Amino acid sequence: MSDLEAFRAEARAWLDENAPDGVRGMKADELNGVWGGKRCEFEHPDQKVWLERMGAKGWTAPTWPAEYGGGGLSKEEAKVLSQEMKALDLPPALIGFGLTMIGPTLLRFGNEDQKQQHLPKIIRGEIRWCQGYSEPGAGSDLASLQTKAERDGDEFIINGTKVWTSYADQADWIFALVRNDNSGIKQEGITFILIDMDDPGVKVSPILLISGKSPFCETHFTDVRVPVENVIHEIGAGWTVAKALLGHERTMIADTFGSSSGGTRKPGERSFLSTLAVERVGERDGKISDPVIRDDVARMEMETKAFGLTTQRTADAAKAGHQPGPESSMFKLYGTELNKTRMELMVRILGPDALGWEGDGFDEFALDTTRDWLRSRGNSIEGGTSEVQLNVIAKRVLGLPA
Amino acid sequence: MQLILDEDQQMIAQTALDFVDEHSPVARFRELRDSGAELGYSADLYREMAGLGWTGIPFDEKVGGAGMGFAELVLIVEALGRKLAPEPFLGGVTMGGSALALGGNEALVSAWLPKVVDGSKVVAFAHQEKNSRYDAYAIATRAEATEGGYRLTGEKVQVLDAVGADAVIVPARVAGESGDRDGITLFLVESGASGLSVTRQTRVDHRNAAIVSLDGVEVTGASVLGIEGQGADLIDAVLDRAICVLTAEMLGGMSEAFDLTVEYLKTREQFGVKIGSFQGLQHRAAEVFCEIELARSCVMAAARALDAGAPDATKLVSLAKAKCSDAYLLAANEGVQIFAGVGMTDEYDIGFYLKRARAAELTFGDSAFHRNRWAELGAY
Repeated sequence: MSDLEAFRAEARAWLDENAPDGVRGMKADELNGVWGGKRCEFEHPDQKVWLERMGAKGWTAPTWPAEYGGGGLSKEEAKVLSQEMKALDLPPALIGFGLTMIGPTLLRFGNEDQKQQHLPKIIRGEIRWCQGYSEPGAGSDLASLQTKAERDGDEFIINGTKVWTSYADQADWIFALVRNDNSGIKQEGITFILIDMDDPGVKVSPILLISGKSPFCETHFTDVRVPVENVIHEIGAGWTVAKALLGHERTMIADTFGSSSGGTRKPGERSFLSTLAVERVGERDGKISDPVIRDDVARMEMETKAFGLTTQRTADAAKAGHQPGPESSMFKLYGTELNKTRMELMVRILGPDALGWEGDGFDEFALDTTRDWLRSRGNSIEGGTSEVQLNVIAKRVLGLPA
Repeated sequence: MQLILDEDQQMIAQTALDFVDEHSPVARFRELRDSGAELGYSADLYREMAGLGWTGIPFDEKVGGAGMGFAELVLIVEALGRKLAPEPFLGGVTMGGSALALGGNEALVSAWLPKVVDGSKVVAFAHQEKNSRYDAYAIATRAEATEGGYRLTGEKVQVLDAVGADAVIVPARVAGESGDRDGITLFLVESGASGLSVTRQTRVDHRNAAIVSLDGVEVTGASVLGIEGQGADLIDAVLDRAICVLTAEMLGGMSEAFDLTVEYLKTREQFGVKIGSFQGLQHRAAEVFCEIELARSCVMAAARALDAGAPDATKLVSLAKAKCSDAYLLAANEGVQIFAGVGMTDEYDIGFYLKRARAAELTFGDSAFHRNRWAELGAY
């Protein structure tokens, strides 16, 4: 038995013994793990047990170094772990920006103290993070941010407003970009800093979206005092950290959309989307009765498959040692545009049933779909608009002149 | 399934690109077209390519092949597609060769396949008839049983690489009506057979294609490929391979058309600046880039699935053809538009890619055809 196969047997045995009954069968592909943090509300008490056991083992962050509480696994072992979790129908014990964004950033740019302070807590799901990048008026022009950080001895005094801070109302900490110097070009004088949301100068107000709900907030800082040791990397060098982190964010967004449907099924087996269309639109001679919808379903599945193959190709190349470059913009662009098209198609499949907002006469699936469609319009705006991604591809991948 | 090239594959791809750059610039295709050369390609250059082992790549070592697969053959064909090299890798190597390898009896295989593999003979595959569109079973050509074999009567059109071919594999009907899946048998007909005529057709892409007429052509029972009456299975298998190889050529063509366009965007000046600085054009170029990247993944996946005999191979082949049809047309259309006035002239090469993109799209099914096939395979 190879080492990897031995690990597989060991992982399966551990998972089988430690996964509480209440989390089994929760669909892993819906990312319904918990977000962690002090304000965490568990839908099922077993989710808490699951998080504690997986966190203690370091398997919430399987590839992070064991010295910070991570799993210390190789990429291959982590893949096996994920396969075994899928096989046992287990959801992730923990999800969120700690694992996908600030954690990898700390591993790359953080100093030893910062890693020791935050990584173990992230891994155990004890702190929840939000991201303080965008500002009112800045939009996709991130570097024009104005939140001020004035040095006062060993502290920065921070004043300003961040917008689109997802889940700020539930977060314990925020990683933010602040301006410590206005004298140079706009990408200079920016500092990447960690701020405790419990500080009395931090105020959070939720933003209502056209979909009627949202994770987004405005976050206001009034004379918030943050120790200088909370600066990641160097004072004034925050843009470097931000760019690296944006790469993580785009990859994460692309992964989220790339994995939705269209995967290889057994030949002759209907996909989720085609089943839905057959149910809602009707069937004639074994085919979706509306030929235009049928063509659109096939197109959607094929585009999704093509996109999935492309993310896989990039992942295969990365495993073979190729550094990922600005092409992550392509995944952000394509994945989000694809998701918007998918939501529009689902609304068209539902027809008038998709017109419900709430209450009687509409089924829950249709109500959710309509809200999701409205929410999806933001996909090509948040994390850098599609137009910004096209600019990045044109300039940094194709080398077109400014 | 790994979607990257291993070291050997990288070497094959690089060798092919270098060879094609040196021996087959687009100017050569232009000369072949302008000279009205009957064959439409260079027999000498084809022999040279065969000498490099390219024609034997997907075939068994027992017949002199390299014992590799479509994952390797597509690398060669992609390079050929970049410079529009018209040598008979699609009709001859892939279709004729695959039909022999998959369906030939021992005598047929030993008589023909080693010669296909060493490039000394070309065997074409005549599946298409007038008005058949993309229905591979729309075959009206008849095969009547005779004492010693069969008598073939009918007409095939746009038969790829049939001009100058040494034999043509002909699907004909032993039973049923045009459109039926059952009742088709494949025969190998040697050039020069009495009643066989091959007439070159002039197509928009100036590739070698022909009308193959069969006026009571007599063949023996030994010329049958595959199972009598069940030739549709063999046609399906050959077409999936052909589609995969065609998508590789398309990938090469769209990549080159795009490179020419990006180069033009970086050098052409108007209104006192490089036109590539206009955001309207930048965004369109970036969109073409994304579509080509997706097309590339699909071609790689289709070739690997065919080699592995994967159950979803046919779906992936359809995926590759649909993506490549749309992406090649997009790259070529955008290319002509961005080259603008000069893009419309015969003097510039970009127009060649537009013509080839259209011809390749309308060969073996366009993207709508393959979406329908995908849906059928997905049971809806």
